[in-house]
Amino acid sequence: MKLFRKPSREPLWRDEFSVFSGEEKYVSRRQFSKFLVLTSLGMFVGNLWILVRSWFSRQPSYPVMAITHVDEVPVRGVKLFQYPTPQEQCILLRTGTDTYVAYSQKCTHLSCAVFYSAATNRLECPCHNGAFSVHDGSPLQGPPRRPLPRVVLTRKGDVLVATGIQLEG
Amino acid sequence: MEQKTSQSATRSVTAIDGAMALIVILLIVQIWLVSATLETYLAGHHETALPGTIISGAIFLACFGLYLFIERIDAESHKP
Ligand code: FES
Repeated sequence: MKLFRKPSREPLWRDEFSVFSGEEKYVSRRQFSKFLVLTSLGMFVGNLWILVRSWFSRQPSYPVMAITHVDEVPVRGVKLFQYPTPQEQCILLRTGTDTYVAYSQKCTHLSCAVFYSAATNRLECPCHNGAFSVHDGSPLQGPPRRPLPRVVLTRKGDVLVATGIQLEG
Repeated sequence: MEQKTSQSATRSVTAIDGAMALIVILLIVQIWLVSATLETYLAGHHETALPGTIISGAIFLACFGLYLFIERIDAESHKP
């Protein structure tokens, strides 16, 4: 099967810039479809790049970090902290006498900081009225579709310790 | 004779237009696919990368096939 037409004996400029007006529409359409196919190739390469990145990205390791003393936060009180890096703001919430939850403070819609609303007992985002459940971080209202990343907490004596981040609630 | 030639020229331009419209539609789907795969990848979900790449590759091949079709019609129209 012949994939491409035979190169014409005419020089390329004559082929691409024909003096016959009837051929002009073929040339411009051919050029345009060539451009579209190259764009499609670019998109495919983009997908390949994502695939290669996801194959080579390793599971991140999280530090073990003391967050707070258990009595420091009252029931239904919050404490802000940074985890796993000083740039990443998180929110700790005491939901009961002995229960604590912590989430990343970054809204999963467009990254505004969420806050705890005691009136509704939800984590709310002021930017586009998004809201998340305090129990599992799942989205309850507004544009966010993904749950807030959850900080894994363990209790060591009287100290709450963060040990990792769980992406799905 | 001349009328026949102009008729076949119109037909081939229509075929090229149809193929180009299909390429544009496929490209729009592919652009959506790349942005959706990127979004899920950045959200930490890596399982969509492989199916996304396979579908994107299939769309590229379809576009390339349509391009070859355009080339062929173009070559035929150049035949004396
Ligand atoms: S950034 Fe939070 S709802 Fe849009």
